[in-house]
Amino acid sequence: MDSLDVKQKKINKEYQDYANSLSPKSKIVKNCIMAFIVGGLISTIGQLISNVAKNYYGMNKEDASTVTSITLIFIAALLTGLGLYEKIGKRAGAGSIVPITGFSNSIVSPAMEHKREGYVLGVGAKLFSIAGPVLVYGISTSVIVGLVYYFFVK
Amino acid sequence: MDYIKAFITGGAICIIGQILIDKTNLTPARILVCFVTAGVILTALGIYEPIVEFGGAGATVPLPGFGYALAKGAIKGVKESGVLGAFTGGVTATAGGITAAIVFGYLAAVLFDPKEKG
Repeated sequence: MDSLDVKQKKINKEYQDYANSLSPKSKIVKNCIMAFIVGGLISTIGQLISNVAKNYYGMNKEDASTVTSITLIFIAALLTGLGLYEKIGKRAGAGSIVPITGFSNSIVSPAMEHKREGYVLGVGAKLFSIAGPVLVYGISTSVIVGLVYYFFVK
Repeated sequence: MDYIKAFITGGAICIIGQILIDKTNLTPARILVCFVTAGVILTALGIYEPIVEFGGAGATVPLPGFGYALAKGAIKGVKESGVLGAFTGGVTATAGGITAAIVFGYLAAVLFDPKEKG
């Protein structure tokens, strides 16, 4: 009887270990699928806007890309204001963070939260709590790229 | 066809972000910074341009695409106006997006109030 009990406990433990080894992995797979779908959908909407800009308004590639960014930023700012972007983000993970719409969300969200601190140091400053670092590192790196190109490639 | 390519490319870039979030302890803010910076560097190395040619908006809508526009602008700036262009090119190319983010972001933050969580 005792040995059976021990055996059962051992099986339980093995099963538990097995389940533990499996579940975080499957969670990552599920998160990745959601990120793929949502990120893919946002990109497809971007492609649609870009195609309309190119085919109906005769814009070149760069201008069409800028129009696409502006439109997606506008939509994401509005959805964030309405509290809908967070709902998408809960399920989409990186799918809603990595596209440019996530950049827009990262601007509106903290600014809205800190409105009570005033329009200068609340809204005005918090707009840049995440966008600031992004611009600092992005723009600085682009200057380095430009300088390297000037001195070594041109 | 370009819609399918955009979907796959954009989705794949987001999967990389999701793996970084789940496997490392990178916060979303750091992911954004890393992706934009990576986009600048990959463009400078000539790696990101083929991805943009394949994926279209799938490569330009995710944040590395913002880095792509910055790097391409800086190089174009240098070609047109020398060393000054290194300082003006990047922001010139991305001025529309940055301005839209500031203006629409400000308006949304002023007009709307945070929703109660729960």
